[in-house]
Amino acid sequence: MAKAECTPKWNTLALRNRKTCPTPEKSFQTTFTPVSKDKNSQTAGLLAGGDTQSSNGPSGQFVARGSIESPSKVLLMLVAGLSFSTRLYKLTEPPHVCWDETHFGKMGSYYINRTFFFDVHPPLGKMLIGLAGYMSGYNGTFPFIKPGDKYENQNYWGMRGFCAVLGSFLPIFAYLIVLELSNSCTAAIIAATLLIFDTGCITISQYILLDPILMFFIMAAVLSMVKFNQQRYRSFTASWWFWLVLTGINLAGALGVKFVGLFVIVLVGLNTIGDLWRLLGDMSLSLVDIAKHFLARAFALILLPLILYVTIFAVHFVVLNKSGPGDGFFSSAFQSRLIGNNLHNASMPEYLAFGSTVTIKNLRIAGGYLHSHWHLYPEGVGARQQQVTAYLHKDYNNLWVVHRQQDNNSQSGNPDLVRHGDIVRLEHKETTRNLHSHLHEAPLTKKHFQVTGYGINGTGDANDLWQMEVCGGRKGDPVKVLRSKVRFLHRATGCVLYSSGKTLPKWGWEQIEVTCSPYLKETPSSQWNIEDHINPKLPNISLSVLKPNFLEILLESHIVMFRGNSGLKPKDNEMNSKPWHWPINYQGLRFSGVNATEYRVYLLGNPVVWWINLASLGLYFTMVAVASIATQRGFSLGQQRIEHSLVLVRGGGLLMLGWLLHYAPFFTMGRILYFHHYFPAMLFSSMLTGLTLDILFRSADLLLHPPYSYWFQRTGQLLLLFSILYSFYLFHPLSYGMTGPLAHEPGSAMAGLKWMDSWEF
Amino acid sequence: IWVSEMLQLPLVVTAQVDLLLVLVSLLAFWTRLSHLSYPNAVVFDEVYYGQFVSLYMKRVFFIDDSGPPLGHMILAFGAYLGGFDGNFVWNRIGAEYPTTVNVWSLRLLPALCGALCVPLVYLLTLELKFSHLSALGAAVLLLLENSLIVQSRFMLLESVLIFFVLLAFFSYLRFHNASWSRYIWLILSGVSCGAVVGVKYMGLFSYLLLLVVASLHTWKLIGDKTISHRNVCVQCVHRVLCLVVVPVLLYVFWFYVHLSFLNRSGPHDQLMSSAFQASLQGGLSRITRGQPLEVAYGSQVTLRSSVSQPIPCWLHSHKVNYPIRYDNGRGSSHQQQVTCYPFKDVNNWWIIKDPGRQQLVVDTPPRPVRHGDVIQLVHGMTSRFLNSHDVAAPMSPHTQEVSGYIDFNVSMPAQNLWRVDISNREAESEVWKTILSEVRLVHVNTSAVLKLSGVPLPDWGFRQLEVVADKLFKAHSSSLEWTVEEHRYGTSQEQKEREAELHSPTHIDVDRKISFWAKFVELQWKMLTVKQEESEHKYSSSPLEWITMETNIAYWLHSSTNAQIHLIGNPVSWGVGNLSLLAYQLLAVVYLLRRRRGLKDVPDGVWDQFVCLGCVCVGGWLVNFVPFLLMDKTLFLYHYLPALCYLYLLSPALLEHAHTHLLSSLTHQRALCVGALAVLLSIFLTYRTFCPLTYGSPELSAHQLQGLKWRDTWDILYRRR
Repeated sequence: MAKAECTPKWNTLALRNRKTCPTPEKSFQTTFTPVSKDKNSQTAGLLAGGDTQSSNGPSGQFVARGSIESPSKVLLMLVAGLSFSTRLYKLTEPPHVCWDETHFGKMGSYYINRTFFFDVHPPLGKMLIGLAGYMSGYNGTFPFIKPGDKYENQNYWGMRGFCAVLGSFLPIFAYLIVLELSNSCTAAIIAATLLIFDTGCITISQYILLDPILMFFIMAAVLSMVKFNQQRYRSFTASWWFWLVLTGINLAGALGVKFVGLFVIVLVGLNTIGDLWRLLGDMSLSLVDIAKHFLARAFALILLPLILYVTIFAVHFVVLNKSGPGDGFFSSAFQSRLIGNNLHNASMPEYLAFGSTVTIKNLRIAGGYLHSHWHLYPEGVGARQQQVTAYLHKDYNNLWVVHRQQDNNSQSGNPDLVRHGDIVRLEHKETTRNLHSHLHEAPLTKKHFQVTGYGINGTGDANDLWQMEVCGGRKGDPVKVLRSKVRFLHRATGCVLYSSGKTLPKWGWEQIEVTCSPYLKETPSSQWNIEDHINPKLPNISLSVLKPNFLEILLESHIVMFRGNSGLKPKDNEMNSKPWHWPINYQGLRFSGVNATEYRVYLLGNPVVWWINLASLGLYFTMVAVASIATQRGFSLGQQRIEHSLVLVRGGGLLMLGWLLHYAPFFTMGRILYFHHYFPAMLFSSMLTGLTLDILFRSADLLLHPPYSYWFQRTGQLLLLFSILYSFYLFHPLSYGMTGPLAHEPGSAMAGLKWMDSWEF
Repeated sequence: IWVSEMLQLPLVVTAQVDLLLVLVSLLAFWTRLSHLSYPNAVVFDEVYYGQFVSLYMKRVFFIDDSGPPLGHMILAFGAYLGGFDGNFVWNRIGAEYPTTVNVWSLRLLPALCGALCVPLVYLLTLELKFSHLSALGAAVLLLLENSLIVQSRFMLLESVLIFFVLLAFFSYLRFHNASWSRYIWLILSGVSCGAVVGVKYMGLFSYLLLLVVASLHTWKLIGDKTISHRNVCVQCVHRVLCLVVVPVLLYVFWFYVHLSFLNRSGPHDQLMSSAFQASLQGGLSRITRGQPLEVAYGSQVTLRSSVSQPIPCWLHSHKVNYPIRYDNGRGSSHQQQVTCYPFKDVNNWWIIKDPGRQQLVVDTPPRPVRHGDVIQLVHGMTSRFLNSHDVAAPMSPHTQEVSGYIDFNVSMPAQNLWRVDISNREAESEVWKTILSEVRLVHVNTSAVLKLSGVPLPDWGFRQLEVVADKLFKAHSSSLEWTVEEHRYGTSQEQKEREAELHSPTHIDVDRKISFWAKFVELQWKMLTVKQEESEHKYSSSPLEWITMETNIAYWLHSSTNAQIHLIGNPVSWGVGNLSLLAYQLLAVVYLLRRRRGLKDVPDGVWDQFVCLGCVCVGGWLVNFVPFLLMDKTLFLYHYLPALCYLYLLSPALLEHAHTHLLSSLTHQRALCVGALAVLLSIFLTYRTFCPLTYGSPELSAHQLQGLKWRDTWDILYRRR
């Protein structure tokens, strides 16, 4: 067969290929000077180093490992240099708040000010941002109100710089991972080049965002996992343990920044299962050995990350000990540990009495306070009466006054206590309407009844009467503030006051629906507690409120986060980004500026890079299919070819799995999605591209005869490099800022570059 | 000689009849088909499917996003056989059928499918290479499952879906195992797959599972070096043809039948594009038939927005101005309102005017408007020009206001030139065509685009929808596209005559057709994207509740007595199914780990059989259950029934496996047999117990009903006397 013949030649070719590895860097140098001026001296030094290496090449012996090591070190330095210079260039521009910096910068400030807040992501990323800000002299006073606010004299470079430095590690990690997986520095350099010159990766690394931190941990975890896989014949040595533990630490880091970190945990988990499966099949190992392997991994990849993750939260709760904007999301017990919260070292009347002013909190986690406001239910939604909702923030509209069935005027002397089974009327303090329910269906939960505010100055009708019940109480028991769980049973219809947890549409200000449920089961949704209690006629008693233990806090904050996450539903008018948009680079995100006069930064991948990635995915599948069918059919393949298909299936398979795990789950998510969610997947896709294209070029001799196939390989590599560099030259203003007219208007610097109508720059 | 030899042979017919199979089939027919027309009232989702059956009978077009049309067509075919004329109002569960409706025939086909599932399960178990006893066990489990019986006996689609799924798997495995006349089975499998996907979208997952199983088998075939390359290629091509091409073609074919049947316009027209509507009899085509095709200068047109959210509407203006100040204090231009109005109205008419000329009539020959031409739009009744300027729109202040221009002499010049941008000119033509062309109107002065924002205006705008001009728009948004729907060439010079002309209906005859493919693509896209209001139902449940059967569904309650029908499964069978699922997974893990260490508990042939069982049954359960966990839909217990069938297939086979390969001692084997018999007996008894809730008769007393409430979470209805 023809293939068998060319194998010896192949080896020599491969040999030459190895030696010529450093050549691409020259062209990097020449084409790239405009951007990396400040690094000129350094890169010139590198160039010299590269030259000496390549001239050394022919004289040095060709040893499999060693030959990769020497040029790869130089290449690594080069990748690092380029990566840092592209990410740190124009870091402080624009000098105003861009996009989500308004959230994450603000949250960094909260850490510096030790103010408690609520966010849907775990705390590590924001803690690190806060730390970076603190170290660089930022004092936490900038309010980060909205995108576009000028930073003026604030030290914001520290936070941006921290993110950019972490972002600069991504190409380096990609280089090392691909090198480890494919043993080919061409593949590694392709992957690194794709990432270095991708405008999207640059933009997303340059601002105060969680993504660079998240991606840093994801890539670090993958790298240490791949390194660990290489240690398989040196079990339980120091380096084996080192990479294993490092994997675990990075997993904890990834999960600690965003829940997207779960995907890389699954990737490492699957890899570990495969690894254990291999060990199980190794008959030279006794069951005891296998158990040791298993326990070592369980410790380093499950237990250790868990401990670290919990520690992160512990630090979070210790640092944030002052009351802040996030209080209302949490239970009364939780709030009592925050300095400045009115429940902290609270003192208030112990038992609920008639005439008291109270706030009533739903017991469901993140249930909110019973709330009403002047707005009415819109037409077509039940009766057109005043809205009653549950609201997560503290507000004077959460105040209600507890009245007896009839009398409105407060009597002199000691007020009577409210007891289990008493009939009460709840009057909204601000609007003087009564809590009311009737046989209209609720706005969202159609099985339930609507709850409204009705009447004026306390005069209403029989539908305003509620029977108060203490859960687990008997007739005559008083209602303890904070500690009693109470239910409000509607007298006329027999239903129970209920918070469904569903978010009302715009007319309800996106607050939470409150209904009256005819199903009387005792659930937290139908149970409430009295949180604030104001009654000047009763003596205040300092309440030693039940302080929650750490595990309860941890659980509660997670449930609140998950609920917050799934509550991020797309708004009506907002154009929702769909997962299928992402790999084709269909539409970017405006980081800064909208119209011609502003300084605009637009998060969009370098289209050439992204489309190469997309094509490579298809190419990868084709190549794997061809290779595996050839193997399955038993065609005799040369040694080189078999190695290639192994790299494709093993290394490529791992990267493909990573891509799928970081991309496919978004199709099932109901929450609002953004373009930047694709970036972790894009890293995997780029690494896969490096590996695939390298093998494609090297397999050119399947079709062409030796000298031509070699030329083909060379031309292909150069063409690839050139197209990436040139497209970067074209699109670099996307990351480094554009001013002047938009691309479709005359006189724009970006004229002719709006290749897709959906791009908005 | 040949003939004489023939005659000397005895004439023999040898027939082997599997009596067990015949027996279970007869029982299945008996349990599913007896008293089929009781209750003589609309039961549960019959009210939903019934309306589509009626529409089929009347050949009126409809869209149903719940599934492809084959299921509905099967139900409609049953109705057709019974002579149903479609004249029944499906408005309420429990409404009595009049005597003219042949209830029996409406329910016959689903019931037949449900009954045939039982023998199919029997045959499928045999194809999985288990014994006749196991096959009988599986058939009995299915036979005595109350929920399957209930679901089969009414005009519902689950039993049809289950039937086709089982048929697809059975015929595929038959193909795989058989040595002769194999390709008939393969084709049958492909056809069933087409039917599975055609009945419900959920069937797609079963189809994919079958493809996975088939590709695993094909992979083995490719690895078989005893077969020549050519032969392998041929076999692969056959499989791809039968299992991929045939189902896809069939799927399209269902839509072809659907669309060629339903050729009359009806209530769902407005969701479709104008071109689609024009292809239906009545409705829009009655209005637009015979309109001139090419829009020319002087044409009188109505412009329909291409979005149908929130409702379809037409560009509209009327003799009322924007309020000088809005409620929030912002000012307006106080010019004439331009809105989008969801009803046909004489104020929807606009006249296309050439900016360079005064006249509002069409030349002879007409001068058609082309892509890129600049026009003015004159409102027919008020003669105001469509205008836009740098004034914030009433509800969407980031966009420009659109108005009918009135000169108040306040240095607000008219900016009433619009450029015609035909966005589908590649597919259609450069010339602006009625109905077919999708047009954007680009404001020449500001290059903003006329857009329906869809926000209802307050009372001053009569709650009509806001129209704006937007500079920063997403490139592909149908809210920017407008189509000419009604069109005629204007002939009147004078305003009075023109008003009379606008009031008169359009006419003239030409028939306009769009191709089947265009219709198919549009319909399919609409079905997948039409979002129905997320509504909660009293009996909706979450998937995790299905496994333990925490919920039930009340299907029907007699109007005066306690007789009622519920979807409640046989609790014992459900338990058995869940148990066997768990047992299989445990056993598989143990086997796998031990085989990996080189300990082969069972011979390779048995292992293959075990794996195949798992692929089909556990895999089938997974693909029919897990997707529901990720779905954002209102779900009901009956969605679990296909998954349940796989469990019933699994249980007896697993038992047989345990009996032959796990238990070595005779006493253990006997104990297992006795246990199995006892379980079967209790399944039968539970079936009997729940029969009154399954068949709706006999009526039970409140006390007896209380006794049947095995779980607190079940909702059983008691009538207060």
